[in-house]
Amino acid sequence: MSIWIMNEAAPRQLRFLLALLATLTSLGLAFALLSLPIGTSELADRVVTQMPESGVDHPVTAVLLNFRSYDTMLEIGVLFLAVVGVWSFGPVSLDPATLTPTGPVLGTASSVLQPMVFLVAGYLLWVGAAAPGGAFQAGAIIAAGGVLAILTKWQPSANLRIWVEGGLALGLLAFVGMATATLLHSGVLLTLAPEIASSTILMIEIAATVSIGLALPALYLGGSPANWTHREQK
Amino acid sequence: MEAMSWSLDFVLALALVWLAWRTLVSNELFKAVVLFIGFGLLLTLAWVRLHAPDVALAEASISAGLTGVLLLKAWRRLRTPAERDEHLDYE
Repeated sequence: MSIWIMNEAAPRQLRFLLALLATLTSLGLAFALLSLPIGTSELADRVVTQMPESGVDHPVTAVLLNFRSYDTMLEIGVLFLAVVGVWSFGPVSLDPATLTPTGPVLGTASSVLQPMVFLVAGYLLWVGAAAPGGAFQAGAIIAAGGVLAILTKWQPSANLRIWVEGGLALGLLAFVGMATATLLHSGVLLTLAPEIASSTILMIEIAATVSIGLALPALYLGGSPANWTHREQK
Repeated sequence: MEAMSWSLDFVLALALVWLAWRTLVSNELFKAVVLFIGFGLLLTLAWVRLHAPDVALAEASISAGLTGVLLLKAWRRLRTPAERDEHLDYE
């Protein structure tokens, strides 16, 4: 955007039009925000009354993974589709000779931070049932560790391919599997009986964390590693 | 205390709008990306002020962290040859 706007060739009319669009959008957002009712809406009370049947103690996790789990399932699906789209551009060469050398600071920081990544992510995943945390936050921490590994020129071997690609699909598969099971069992999509709710949510969260933790570094990498595909590229 | 929290929120909102404006009008792409990361961090503070710690965690890690890193990688690939000579490769 900054290249576009600061280019002298961009006509004044275009800049004025863009500024007008941005102002109108801001005014619309402000109007929408100001027209919301002040104070808690009845939705918050309904969530609180249904909390004992949700299987978790944190209202955000209950909404994300029980009451509105359909949206979360679609989010995981979108993430998977994004990886498929980005990786469809072809493999990416991870040849160490072509990459910027890793400095000592990055190397040391990475070796200190990588174990902490799993510790913090595991904690966030577990505590998500009772406090802020949960699958997305834990998955993002693992993703940070993955990006750090890519930056320090980690060479994934071809043996890892099935694990990584399986892990990418795991979140969506687990969610859709759970949705199908609930549909077949009780006829209603994604309803969890209170006695199995908390363990089901934990299983889904673990699968989602693995998927998110693999999908985001996969997006950063920009393609499957070149040493994974042995076929000739046409 | 009430006045202090209101002034904190006001300064935060002002800083967010100002950072967003500077991000859009900066004439260097690298500067815009770095300002975007800073904007993401301030937005994390805004989420905390709105009593939404889960969103703040996600904002900090995914928006400021991962999107920033993705934008930096894109910036690297988009450099013109003139800019390539100008920016030193580290080590």
